[in-house]
Amino acid sequence: MQYRGRIWKFGDDIDTDVIIPARHLLTHDPKELAAHVMEDIDPEFSKKVQEGDIIVAGKNFGCGSSREHAPIAIKGAGVAVVVAKSFARIYYRNSINIGLPLVECPELVDEAEDGDILEIDTTEGAIINTRTGKEYSAKPHAPYVQEIVNAGGLIEAVTARVAARKASATA
Amino acid sequence: MGLTMTEKILAKGAGRDEVTPGEIVEVAVDLVMTNDVTAPLSIAEFKKTGLEQVFDPGKVVFVPDHFVPAKDIKAAELAKIMREFAHEQGTLYFEIGRAGIEHVVLPENGLTKPGDIIVGADSHTCTYGAFNCFSTGLGSTDIAAAMALGTTWTRVPESIKFVYYGTLPEGIGGKDLILHTIGLIGVDGALNSAMEFTGPVIDNLSMDGRITMANMAIEAGGDTGIFACDDKTRAFVDAVTDKPYTAYDSDPDATYARIVEIDVTNLRPVVALPHLPSNVHAADDVDDMEIHQVVIGSCTNGRLSDLREVADVLRGRQIHPMVRCIIIPGSQEVAKQAHKEGLADVFLEAGAIWSTSTCGPCLGGHMGILAKGERCVSTTNRNFRGRMGHREAEIILAGPQVAAASAVLGKVASPAALD
Ligand code: SF4
Repeated sequence: MQYRGRIWKFGDDIDTDVIIPARHLLTHDPKELAAHVMEDIDPEFSKKVQEGDIIVAGKNFGCGSSREHAPIAIKGAGVAVVVAKSFARIYYRNSINIGLPLVECPELVDEAEDGDILEIDTTEGAIINTRTGKEYSAKPHAPYVQEIVNAGGLIEAVTARVAARKASATA
Repeated sequence: MGLTMTEKILAKGAGRDEVTPGEIVEVAVDLVMTNDVTAPLSIAEFKKTGLEQVFDPGKVVFVPDHFVPAKDIKAAELAKIMREFAHEQGTLYFEIGRAGIEHVVLPENGLTKPGDIIVGADSHTCTYGAFNCFSTGLGSTDIAAAMALGTTWTRVPESIKFVYYGTLPEGIGGKDLILHTIGLIGVDGALNSAMEFTGPVIDNLSMDGRITMANMAIEAGGDTGIFACDDKTRAFVDAVTDKPYTAYDSDPDATYARIVEIDVTNLRPVVALPHLPSNVHAADDVDDMEIHQVVIGSCTNGRLSDLREVADVLRGRQIHPMVRCIIIPGSQEVAKQAHKEGLADVFLEAGAIWSTSTCGPCLGGHMGILAKGERCVSTTNRNFRGRMGHREAEIILAGPQVAAASAVLGKVASPAALD
């Protein structure tokens, strides 16, 4: 998949409590969650972010709680891809599972500035910062994870597996 | 080549003789848990798979604890979705009044046996490492998949061995040890790793102390925080279940990504100042930091031994006039025992609030939300911005004794400052 979008830059250790505070965890509706995304770090973020934009952050993005509401809120706000130096484990899985692409690329994060436009090809793992013209390559997903991505998300992958199991049971 | 206990447990789950850090394996799970915040989404995703039944109702457990007793209509609806699904599927379910915070309730009910693989849609599922489980937090969709398949995938983590040695000073507990450790390695110091806690100090540490340490492995980014099974573990587990289990120990020649040795002899009671659990300082080095609230409870420090420590500090003393002190038992069992031992009376006499068991303020749910500019000392596990209320409120993490002493003095303080 190819993406092109403006970046919003955040720092290290962005935790799931600031991505979506617990006071909004009474729903898992993407639009309702999106209205509050990042509000404890930038109260205006949900109003500023546009469809197709890209979040760029430092290390350990999404640390803290297991709330899947965090990537759902980010995806619901129209963010196309999250790029970080590293991701917290549960956030990484949640993001893959719901089909929100993520890219690990420390060098790009160091050199990118808020407002830059990135072109990202998640299939090739190639990223270009259009301001500098510099090309970067993303750390590839493990093959197992790539299969979940290819299936469109975890439940899609599991559903296919369950259907195959049922088919072979009746065959 | 030897294996770590984590590798052995995952190999067992994968039906193999050994596994190697870095590889991805699919493992059979012994228990799948969710709570009122994460279950509704898990249930919705589970239903998409086309399956009618969870893989094994005896291995699926639901615990309402975050926003209960329901804080508002939406919270009531979430708990209802979970309650109805649990009932219809015949899974394990712990209703309020007979339960409490998931990570306190599951061990109390014999559901966390040595050698088990446990996944929960809650990041502090790592708590059961105290019982020699490989247990880890996942999101709702991963849990839906585990409910459907009875398996989950995991990248086999590298293990980091922590060796605690020296003489543990009086008044230093599991919370001080784990905060000190996180301060040392940072909030991503164990990212994608298993933290293995060992050494003579750990051998002497109570089960409650170990539980507190395992609980906060996630605050260092760890997949799990794991301990060997010893007589203390067996005494705890055998008292609550008669199901058989197999414990796993690390081989002497197991490979570790890192070994961190910690001399505890000169440790002092610590706090983590805002806004990261790694911002650790000795409580007595914090100068005149006025506070407005103290929260004692949570899956980190809401157990009976924690409450006993708090009562020892509060007995015959009064909560500072400018402070609200909220004490929340980790479970109904803990509450009952606290009443029997007279601890609840000590809290009430001291001017504290004694509530029913709930996560409540720990995640900013209810029962003690902070206003702008307020500061709270809390025995919980996260001091992230906005976690307990307003984004401009501050949370300071501490063990139960420091929290109680701070409640009396109206500022961040260790019990030594009371004399
Ligand atoms: S007490 Fe706090 S950390 Fe523990 S499960 Fe509840 S909300 Fe999570």
